Amino acid sequence: MKLLWLQSGGCGGCTLSWLGSEWGPLFATLNDAGIEILWHPSISEAGAEAALEILQGCAAGTRAFDVLCVEGSLLRGPQGSGRFHVLAGTGRPMIEWVARLAAQARHVVAMGTCAAFGGITAGGMNPTDACGLQYDNAQPGGLLGVDFRARGGLPVINIAGCPTHPDWVTETLLALARDEIGTAALDELARPRFYTDVLVHHGCKRNEFYEFKASAQKNGEQGCLMEHLGCMGTQAHADCNLRPWNGGASCTDGGYACIRCTEPGFEEPGHPFMRTPKVAGIPIGLPLDMPKAWFVALAALSKSATPARVRQNATSEHILPWPKTARKP
Amino acid sequence: MSRLIVGPFNRVEGDLEVTIDIIDGRIAEARVKSSLYRGFEQILQGKTPLDALVYVPRICGICSIAQSAAAAQALAAAMGLRAPDNGRRAANLVQAVENVADHLTHFYLFFMPDFARECYAGQPWWPEVAARFKAVSGSAAGDFLPARAGLLRAMGLLAGKWPHSLSLQPGGSTHPVGVSERLRLLRVLREFRRSLEATTFGDTLEAVAALETARQLADWADAHAASDFGRFLHVSRALELRALGHAGVPYLSYGAYDEGPGRWWPAGVWTGGPALFDPGRIAEDVSHSWYADAEEPLEPARGSTLPLADKAAAYSWCKAPRLGGEAVETGALARQLIAGHPLARDLVARDGGGVEARVVARLIEVARLVPAMERWAADLRPGETFRVEGEMPREADGIGLVEAARGALGHWLSVRRGCIQNYQIIAPTTWNFSPRDAAGRPGALERALVGIPCDADGKAPVAVQHVVRSFDPCMVCTVH
Repeated sequence: MKLLWLQSGGCGGCTLSWLGSEWGPLFATLNDAGIEILWHPSISEAGAEAALEILQGCAAGTRAFDVLCVEGSLLRGPQGSGRFHVLAGTGRPMIEWVARLAAQARHVVAMGTCAAFGGITAGGMNPTDACGLQYDNAQPGGLLGVDFRARGGLPVINIAGCPTHPDWVTETLLALARDEIGTAALDELARPRFYTDVLVHHGCKRNEFYEFKASAQKNGEQGCLMEHLGCMGTQAHADCNLRPWNGGASCTDGGYACIRCTEPGFEEPGHPFMRTPKVAGIPIGLPLDMPKAWFVALAALSKSATPARVRQNATSEHILPWPKTARKP
Repeated sequence: MSRLIVGPFNRVEGDLEVTIDIIDGRIAEARVKSSLYRGFEQILQGKTPLDALVYVPRICGICSIAQSAAAAQALAAAMGLRAPDNGRRAANLVQAVENVADHLTHFYLFFMPDFARECYAGQPWWPEVAARFKAVSGSAAGDFLPARAGLLRAMGLLAGKWPHSLSLQPGGSTHPVGVSERLRLLRVLREFRRSLEATTFGDTLEAVAALETARQLADWADAHAASDFGRFLHVSRALELRALGHAGVPYLSYGAYDEGPGRWWPAGVWTGGPALFDPGRIAEDVSHSWYADAEEPLEPARGSTLPLADKAAAYSWCKAPRLGGEAVETGALARQLIAGHPLARDLVARDGGGVEARVVARLIEVARLVPAMERWAADLRPGETFRVEGEMPREADGIGLVEAARGALGHWLSVRRGCIQNYQIIAPTTWNFSPRDAAGRPGALERALVGIPCDADGKAPVAVQHVVRSFDPCMVCTVH
């Protein structure tokens, strides 16, 4: 399976994250699975003329390749011209290259939230008119349009995340090489379900604090980050706390909120990222499938049942009381 | 005269095009074009000040922590906050992890693969270098990537993840390191030291950091020819990389690693000798950039970013920052020169500082940083606080000046009515790869390319690739 990778209006962080892959040497893993990197801007030898030859051949259909990976938002501005990113050495907008190459690819994969939905570059007033390959924020369409299907029959596969976890990328590619991704393997936003069928909340190490609504007041404290500090882990599809990052951590482990970076529109939450919006003291963004009345009732109940140990630790940076060892008389 | 347009440059983090004019077989003029605009300075306007901590790391996937650190410092300055010792050490550690990872990512994945190209196949050193450094398939990538992933576990322990963490805050770090985490951190660093001493250097880090003169470096290279640094030094000697790619401009460093009273590596300017750095002398010129003109080059605190894709005479999305009207070079070589490392000073005194000196400075920095990281990790105090709280005034200004792996990174923040009114960023590659200014003065890379001999075949010489990559450019930062 031959891979062609392009970077547009993004930070390159999905590639840098991918290179931090931990389950064996990455290039050997790809090689063993028969995955060949035809060209990748960060790691391939070919540059300038040699790179252009590859891109031109692929776009013209004279050079075979299988998967088009796009990292970064697609920049349509100014005024639809795409001139905010002209691919160096070609004089042509990147969006034109992407559209031509997508038409030839067996699969098209958006590497990260930028390429999937527009992402951080679409923040604020979206000065570059950034969008994703097949979504403009949560709206289907984007650069390639609602009806786009790659030659293999699938819509753009959206490996959303800012950045993507190395394994989300590697395992999607491995599954594609084994021909194991069909529409049933993708969720409503065309993200691979192997990592979006769960929530960031699942496996969060602050779980006991969540159960008792024992909340941190400040970043760095041990309590749950949902009530005050903007954590949206109960609304974010990803396995960040089940398949941890960089040797075993996650955003919530790091002491700060999940900002829902795998979801469209995460870049504009409508409130300060690190503060939970509330109405009458109750957080607006409740867990996805929990009836609000029950949540409020349970929260009140669990707050009053909170052990002193949990309450005290919630607002401390370090463990103060620890669970006592039961001694038989 | 003939003109060549070279691009896309790969292995540079982002998109880059260089136009070179050739007269009498040599590059007479070069124009460096950043062909991507991203709009972060516009996106940040009107935001809650602390939200900058979410946006700015995402300017760059390779300088992500450096961007966080600059924002945290600008916010801390505006809030009048000072991180406690633990927070300061945690910040030093995550910045050092990123810088070391970046230096070696540059060395192994971006820079060295150019010497494995077929055009060098006739050279006696080529078979070994190609087997070791060939892009993707070389043995070095197979050794380095797992070592890098191992080092990045320190990011998991200190910052949750990398890239794009929110752990660096104006008052310190959000992740208090516990007893066991501190020990794991020391294990991570020990394991990384082992891999550096086995393959990158074939020698102790302390011995490498203690090299003082070009002469000692040459002797060291002969004695350590089977190490990766030794291999580079041999290639460099064979191709005379020391004579290649001089920019001939002053060097600038904002200084790095907060040691409490001051920075371990101090801020400064080097113009053949040390000079003081005055941030007030920085101004950004946009005469050759696709932005609406100001009446004069503006100091960043008053700077504006209004894209204008049709502007005549412009050729880049990169602005042209100048220090007292001059282009400068920034990066590891500038840092080590200004910090007084004897080898950096000797190499620059000998050659003026070109491709070889830039690469040597990076590896010397790796050898100096890892022992410092071991010290900072040992000095973390589990059980004591890692951050303090503060309030952002409704009206405030702040500047954050840090060093990313590839050089001086500055953030200028203005808060009005509780929101970000203006946020200006000057990235390291904005300095190094700037276009011409109103007086026609080229940027550092534009100067460094002049004089390179060209082949008659009409293709850009491979030396252009070496010079461009010797700066370890980050184009995505440049065009934030």
